[in-house]
Amino acid sequence: MITTEDRKAVLKEFMQKVKEQKHPESQLIAILHKAQELYGYLEQPVMDEIALTMNIPTAHIWGVATFYHYFNLKPKGRHTISVCLGTACYVKGAGQVLEAIKKELKLEIGQTTQDGMFTLAETRCLGTCGLAPVMMIDEKIYGNLTPKKTVEILNSFKK
Amino acid sequence: MEGKKITISIDGKLYQTQEGLTIMQAADQMGFHIPRLCYHPKLSIEGACRVCIVEVEGMRSYVASCAYPVSDGMKIHTNTQEIRRARRDIVELILDNHPQDCHTCERDSNCELQRLASSMGIRKRHFEGERKQYDKDLSSTSVVRDPNKCILCGRCVRICSEVQKISNLGFAHRGFQTVVMPAYNMPFKDSVCTACGQCINVCPTAAFVEKVYTQDLFQKLNDPKIVKVAQIAPSVRAAIGEAFGLEAGRAMEKELTAALRRLGFDYVFDTQFSADLTIMEEASEFLERLQGKGKLPMVTSCSSAWMKCVEQFHPDMLENISTCKSPMSMMGALIRTYFADKIKKEPKDILSVAIMCCTAKKYEAARPELMVNGLPAVDMVVTTREIAWMIKSAGIDLLHIKGEDFDEPLGLSSGAGVIFGATGGVMEAAIRTAYELYTGETLLDIELESLRGFQGIKEGAITIDGKEIRVAVAHGLGNAVTLLDMARKEPEKYHFIEIMGCPGGCIGGGGQPYAGLNSIPLDEECLKKRAHALYDLDRGKTIRRSHENPDVQRLYKEFLGRPLSAKSHQLLHTHYKAKEPRGIIPQELKVR
Repeated sequence: MITTEDRKAVLKEFMQKVKEQKHPESQLIAILHKAQELYGYLEQPVMDEIALTMNIPTAHIWGVATFYHYFNLKPKGRHTISVCLGTACYVKGAGQVLEAIKKELKLEIGQTTQDGMFTLAETRCLGTCGLAPVMMIDEKIYGNLTPKKTVEILNSFKK
Repeated sequence: MEGKKITISIDGKLYQTQEGLTIMQAADQMGFHIPRLCYHPKLSIEGACRVCIVEVEGMRSYVASCAYPVSDGMKIHTNTQEIRRARRDIVELILDNHPQDCHTCERDSNCELQRLASSMGIRKRHFEGERKQYDKDLSSTSVVRDPNKCILCGRCVRICSEVQKISNLGFAHRGFQTVVMPAYNMPFKDSVCTACGQCINVCPTAAFVEKVYTQDLFQKLNDPKIVKVAQIAPSVRAAIGEAFGLEAGRAMEKELTAALRRLGFDYVFDTQFSADLTIMEEASEFLERLQGKGKLPMVTSCSSAWMKCVEQFHPDMLENISTCKSPMSMMGALIRTYFADKIKKEPKDILSVAIMCCTAKKYEAARPELMVNGLPAVDMVVTTREIAWMIKSAGIDLLHIKGEDFDEPLGLSSGAGVIFGATGGVMEAAIRTAYELYTGETLLDIELESLRGFQGIKEGAITIDGKEIRVAVAHGLGNAVTLLDMARKEPEKYHFIEIMGCPGGCIGGGGQPYAGLNSIPLDEECLKKRAHALYDLDRGKTIRRSHENPDVQRLYKEFLGRPLSAKSHQLLHTHYKAKEPRGIIPQELKVR
């Protein structure tokens, strides 16, 4: 299993390599990606470490990390549920599907369950309107959902 | 370098100008004042607010004149009906996401946004939409951040990173959710903010203001059981007139003293007295270091923002920092001891108030290591702006009040104490005294021109007893970084360094009156006039060297003994420690 020390070392090595290149300061986004890949999200001590190593003020790193949606500032669950709230899904009952998930897992959009199992996200159109309403858990699409069917799918992950 | 001469047309008339200028700069030279908001001549171009748009013939859309360069034959229109309407819409949209609480706002009648809206002729709100709602950050002793008032012009972000090189502020999130904040949205008190208050000075609205203590002070001034004592910093007298509509540059120490007595202060002392005392201690400390007892170059410690900056950004230089407390804290320590004894009062029954040009002094006053026998040396710090408001609020006519003198025994000062307020002043004052302490001879040529003025870093040298003493002066925390780097590279280069946290020194402090109708924040002309007010006061004094101040001599005779005595060390000196979070100064990165 990869330890915190390993992650630290990998990130450090990555930054050292960046520093040897021209304009290392312009590689901040790449470094943040690497950190997120290693840690799953960007936590403050990791951003502090990047700031010190790269000599970039933390306020600037914070600005970049909060600007781009693909950086997570909070730990994510093992599985990410993305409920499509696009037009087609919405008219076919995505709202009820979303409510069922919220109720079952006791969380709001953007939050993670206490056991660290699920993170709930909303999305717009996954390109599978024929299956509406749909949700995506990690990389897999689940279509023709009803609130009941949705809860069953969630339960299947708990086993 | 002069650019190539070109011809442009503005509003139908031809003008000669040169290549390399922006439309706004060229127009400024021709007597046009294109409305503007995020632009500041001392800061990088942001182009964020779009208020300064103009029409350029042949361009598809309006351009931001602050950012767009002129070119030969360019035809510019600054004031067509369409431009006026577009510009007004832009300002209305900014106002739409801004609280409608002008009459209860700290910047009421002194707000750039308010003035801009008025000049646009906005008399009605056309847009009503969602408005941002955030909590104020009241955690700092000095600076209050109110994101609801923020219009995202970015001047604070730029001054903090470009001029002060602190980079405490940045834009976080995006679009409608954008907020100016320190990293991780941490409370100001836990951030790398040095409390210099320059964000307050450049903010066009009230998104940054000082922590205000005026109501608390009014209440305490009405308490008959306590003795109310004030001290006034040099730079306050050089600028307070501006808050009453006067041109910059009129010194008002006597009027201010009289006004403070009317407000209810029992004693009014002069921080310039303790500036003289600082010089006695600091010059003596310097001479000791020069003789091998301690590290060189010695660096001054008067500026509170600078001290916090050292602790967080330059902890490697802590041994170089003079152990002298600031004049404010020295005065506070004397008020609680020497003065309390003189008037036979318990130190706790004295209210010690400092009237300062500075927001960081509020932070300094709260430092636990500066306490004197368990009491803060200074109970409360109010800025020039706050005291100006109190004077107006109490119905005191500062402009026509009969001037009064400071109180004894902490009110008399030399010319050397006066010039502390301008960059280079502490060094000049220290040299006047160190020279004589060391050689026993009087330094005749005491106006050290090379240390005056607003160049970022100034150098000078003086020969003391055959030895060349090299000194340097920096003002503004960004210039301080450059100077320190020079001193790190060549430790022998300088013997003595003066650093002031604010551009111009204390006269440009974060608590000084806001720029008026005809000036801009940090206007160098205004700083020059304030500095001249101090240099004139110096020239008008018969005593111009700190060691000749008879009341300082008396203080040593009756109470302290001599400079650097055990008692002096106990009351007038301190030590600073490295602090977290560590500040980061980027080398080349262009940080927004």
